[in-house]
Amino acid sequence: MTKLTLSKAINEGLRRALEDDPKAMIMGEDVGRLGGVFRVTDGLQKDFGEHRVMDTPLAESGIIGTAIGLALRGYRPVCEIQFDGFVYPATDQIVSQLAKMHYRSQGKVKLPVVIRIPFGGGIGAVEHHSESPEVFFAHTAGLRVVACADAADAFTMIQLAIASDDPVIFFEPKRRYWDKGEVDTAAPLEDALPLDKARVVVAGDDVTVLSYGPLVRTCAEAASAAREDGRSIEVIDLRSLSPLDMETIAASVSRTGRCVVTHEAPVYAGLGAEIAARVTERCFYQLEAPVLRVGGFAIPYPPARMEDHYLPDLDRILDAVDRTFDF
Amino acid sequence: MTVETGGATTVAPQDSELIQLLTPEGERIEHPEYPFPDDADLKGMYRDMVLVRRIDTEAIALQRQGELGLWASLLGQEAAQVGSGRALSPNDMAFPSYREHGVAWCRGLDPVRLLELFRGVNGGAWDPEEHKFHLYTIVIGDQTLHATGYAMGIQRDTAEDEAVIVYFGDGATSQGDVSEAFAWASVYNTPVVFFCQNNQYAISAPQERQSRVPLYQRSRGFGFPGVRVDGNDVLACYAVTKQALRAAHEGQGPTLIEAFTYRMGAHTTTDDPTRYRLASELEAWRLRDPIERVRSYLARSGQANAAFFEQIEAEAAELGTRLRAACRELPDPPPLAMFDHVYTGANAILDADRAGYEAYLDGFEEAAR
Repeated sequence: MTKLTLSKAINEGLRRALEDDPKAMIMGEDVGRLGGVFRVTDGLQKDFGEHRVMDTPLAESGIIGTAIGLALRGYRPVCEIQFDGFVYPATDQIVSQLAKMHYRSQGKVKLPVVIRIPFGGGIGAVEHHSESPEVFFAHTAGLRVVACADAADAFTMIQLAIASDDPVIFFEPKRRYWDKGEVDTAAPLEDALPLDKARVVVAGDDVTVLSYGPLVRTCAEAASAAREDGRSIEVIDLRSLSPLDMETIAASVSRTGRCVVTHEAPVYAGLGAEIAARVTERCFYQLEAPVLRVGGFAIPYPPARMEDHYLPDLDRILDAVDRTFDF
Repeated sequence: MTVETGGATTVAPQDSELIQLLTPEGERIEHPEYPFPDDADLKGMYRDMVLVRRIDTEAIALQRQGELGLWASLLGQEAAQVGSGRALSPNDMAFPSYREHGVAWCRGLDPVRLLELFRGVNGGAWDPEEHKFHLYTIVIGDQTLHATGYAMGIQRDTAEDEAVIVYFGDGATSQGDVSEAFAWASVYNTPVVFFCQNNQYAISAPQERQSRVPLYQRSRGFGFPGVRVDGNDVLACYAVTKQALRAAHEGQGPTLIEAFTYRMGAHTTTDDPTRYRLASELEAWRLRDPIERVRSYLARSGQANAAFFEQIEAEAAELGTRLRAACRELPDPPPLAMFDHVYTGANAILDADRAGYEAYLDGFEEAAR
């Protein structure tokens, strides 16, 4: 076991993939000499060379479009989009090409491309640097969409994403980059929890709280606080946003009878809505209350001095938990 | 030559810019930089052009008969496609848009595969590596980046006998992705040939709506050469593409080729070009027909006789018969096939959708029993 920051854990996972697979490569803006604006790719160009860790021109569509071409040639590109709000110029390549080429070709073309995106707010940033665009990609068939939440899981998840023959959108909780955790870098990848499975982070009996990415820690803290009040919260880290692991979710909610979903992305037409609908279908007779959602409001991500009011926090999550007992 | 168009004017380029080896009248002319390719199989090129025009004619008819949902005609662009397509070596990879039926033919792809796409049987599901001919790409310009990335892969594989050609139109040059592909190809010096078929129209928008400068000059600002070739001259297209590919193979990086041509038909079978261009313009371009000039040259130079031309016509008729029958025989895929190949493996959400729809369909069968 080694204590690593989440950023370093991803770095180690990338390093492992570059070592294990000569076709794996990293490309993006400032990922080479600088090591990425969050230093996630720190030191990799020095060790693997400019051909495998490539500083690209500044154009997101170009990054994804050329990554598709490299994948057609047999490479496994891992692209970094510098910030969540900068992914939109690449949307056409992601949605119209990356997601659909395997389908279009009836399986003859595989595009094992990973797109890493630091996402979410809470860092006092300027506009376009705090967004949560995951639902755009979850809505697109052909993509796998995942979000890591802590160092240990991030280390294996990034390797599993690179090993996947499907394109994977890999969201990283940027405000948790410097959170430290114990990482077992010696554990074999085969033993890791598969990429499309959710995991129970905190076991509990009274209410299921579902989240992913940066809010998993917040939910765990909420569970600790609730425990002091005698309320037992089960916290589930979804990990995979597409597909959803409905088995794990339904098993938990069937037992607790209550469900709260929280994400930083706006509640309206968000993942919480999809989960609420599916939980209602699957667990209708076990539910004691409607599925409640806690998330961003129906506004653009606000300027930083207001973001604490926008972001779901421990109190808003516990408020929703309390409300599930009002029915 | 100045041609009046619907509201705009198409000016044929000055002779000094336009690389031409066969005049519209079928006269051989010399070009200082591009020697007449005596090794070129001109009779083979003629045959290819006649046959791909027949594919086009048949496909339009099949669309009119309801056998195809849509067809994008290549009429008038046979020389640009056959000339460039024949310049490729077997190892070179071609990235088409959705009108490159002539290039597909040169790469050995059965035209029935194209009909499958336009019939809606599948999305154009040939194996790109089998014929070194990538899937058709419908979003304008996207494939220029795929081609550039593929060429970056060639660089990494240090495969010196391979290069890439990517096809796009005059309209595509306004797309950001095409400019990004130019930038990428330039800074990485990738072995890619950008083959722009300037057929004068992006559906209804004339080329003047896309650019103030001749399109071939676009590459200059990106730092690589651009040339303009008579896109209706199959030999010139062949010679210019050969040279650009040679440069790519030799590590000299990208070239932009603007093949100056004309879309003689509609944009697709849903389009009505009489709404945006004059019949006189089409008539002027008919005089520059890519097939006629080769026929004249072959006949006049004694390389082909009437029997040759008759034989090609017979071959074309035979191809037409085969395509009509093959198209009508294409079976509709079973409904559950729509769930296949979205992912490389299992996907819980999709699998649940499939199971649900399968049960729904089975319900009808049970009711019928």
